[in-house]
Amino acid sequence: MKYYSEDHEWVEVNGEIATIGITKYAAEELGDLTFVELPSVDDSFQAGDILATVESVKAASDVYSPISGVVSEINEVLETEPERVNEDPEGEGWICKFKGLDQEDLDKLMSAEEYEKFLQSL
Amino acid sequence: MELIFARSRPGRRAYNLPKLDVPAQDCLPDALRRAKPVALPEVTELDAARHFTNLSRLNFGVDSHFYPLGSCTMKYNPKAHEAIARMPGFTTPHPRLLEIPEGSDALQGSLEVLYREERFLSELFGFAETTLQPMAGANGEFTGVMLIAAWCKKHGQTQRNVMLIPDSAHGTNPASAAQAGFICREIKSDAGGNLDLQDLKAKLGPEVAGLMLTCPNTVGMFNHDVKAICDLVHQAGGLCYCDGANANAIVGRVRPGDLGFDVMHVNVHKTFSTPHGGGGPGAGPVCVQEILQPFLPKPRIVQKTDGTFALESNCPDSIGQIAPFLGSFAVLLRSCAYMLTLGREGMRRVSENAVLNANYLRVKLAPFFDQQITRDCMHECVFSATRSKDNGVHALDIAKALIDRGFHPPTIYFPLIIPEALMIEPTETESKETLDAFIAAMQEIASLAASDPQALLQAPISTPVRRLDETGAARHPDLASLGD
Repeated sequence: MKYYSEDHEWVEVNGEIATIGITKYAAEELGDLTFVELPSVDDSFQAGDILATVESVKAASDVYSPISGVVSEINEVLETEPERVNEDPEGEGWICKFKGLDQEDLDKLMSAEEYEKFLQSL
Repeated sequence: MELIFARSRPGRRAYNLPKLDVPAQDCLPDALRRAKPVALPEVTELDAARHFTNLSRLNFGVDSHFYPLGSCTMKYNPKAHEAIARMPGFTTPHPRLLEIPEGSDALQGSLEVLYREERFLSELFGFAETTLQPMAGANGEFTGVMLIAAWCKKHGQTQRNVMLIPDSAHGTNPASAAQAGFICREIKSDAGGNLDLQDLKAKLGPEVAGLMLTCPNTVGMFNHDVKAICDLVHQAGGLCYCDGANANAIVGRVRPGDLGFDVMHVNVHKTFSTPHGGGGPGAGPVCVQEILQPFLPKPRIVQKTDGTFALESNCPDSIGQIAPFLGSFAVLLRSCAYMLTLGREGMRRVSENAVLNANYLRVKLAPFFDQQITRDCMHECVFSATRSKDNGVHALDIAKALIDRGFHPPTIYFPLIIPEALMIEPTETESKETLDAFIAAMQEIASLAASDPQALLQAPISTPVRRLDETGAARHPDLASLGD
């Protein structure tokens, strides 16, 4: 099941693990990324905390944690190839994985359909 | 253009010294000698003169082109002030003269310049005192928030460790506050680009040391709630910091000290017409209300009863020395000369014409570019390059196309809260003819964006170097050294 936040992050839940990244819309708005500052494995986050920072030639932007949880894995390849986020933001350009999920956090997020509508309202 | 190293030929010299007529002394030990000579270009004087003259002709500066870089106030630097800054009485004293007893006796003129400039700035912006020590705007911010920290400490309010900063602020605000030990908390902007009062109220509390507010703000708007904002912060026990980066819009007309601000920095390279320089010397004076006076950087310049000037270091609550040599003296001297040249009435005309020029551009360009905020602006106007986005023409492409038309690009992608931002600040020194030529260029670019977007995506085509791969340069920096 895939969820979306108003800050343009996505969460894909697979069993006990959630994969997190930024949406295609966010990647396009930011432009070509030049640097991704990743969290560390075992860091824990509350929903709304700053999870990562992405830098483009335009600006540095914070990526907010859409849910609470503990980092179980990070996409290390982004440290040397930040362009993966632009090429495939909702696939190979994922940022990190969370464990210790809370269903209540997920319930507050949007479905793909709702996010699509949200984008049209911007 | 080739590097000067490409002109180098072994043995070529710009100037040949006459043969030594005394015995050569060879006193350097081998251990201190270079293994091989340092790689310097070997060229004639004419080669060097042509190289640097031609290089200077590639410059794109305010002396050669309209330079509407928003948020930067790239105003013209009058040449008379350069001449004053080069007067031998100011340039020849040894900078460490101040450190010896009676040294200030030999520096009375220089000390008087600084003393008078402090009074000018205090009066212009409505404060009790000013320090000229900070070496640049961000250094002024740091000094200002350090003064707030010292005030909290002196009044037993050390739990106040949060600095509130609007999301439209310059990035240096949170950086300065963090450097001074504060935790930064962001305040949202409302649809009009102003600070959201409800969000401010929600975030005020006993842990808040202060608020850093840019006035006018970074979207070129004057916040009409500014007095109410200062009152709210004061009621919660905090202090108000005014980022004076945009003071050019209000100088001589609005005094932030009268609005309730406790401390403010000004950028002399913006409002007081000193050169912006490639990271070169700057100055960021800080003005304060009486309550922060005891904490100002030391030494202070004082006038003695006999009218002479001296340095006072007995300031027990001072945050200490911020800069050596009392700050960037030659830069401060230029700004003092600027204030004396213009006088009180002249300073009022600066802000009047800066705001008039910006609004002229805002109204004339409105049919061609989208505007998120349409009310009267202050010294700069902000457009969004959203109309041409679907054709693949972004703010970056419009900026590059302006270069081909003889104009320096405006600021793009700032402020961050405006999508595809184009931030234009003409300043007071530009004529109507220059503004009209710029408007014509922008109109032409807007119509090309609709009819022939490809023509803009190639820009710039008239420059020695075409569009640079900024992304590639940031992702894979190639830092070559010519040394080996």
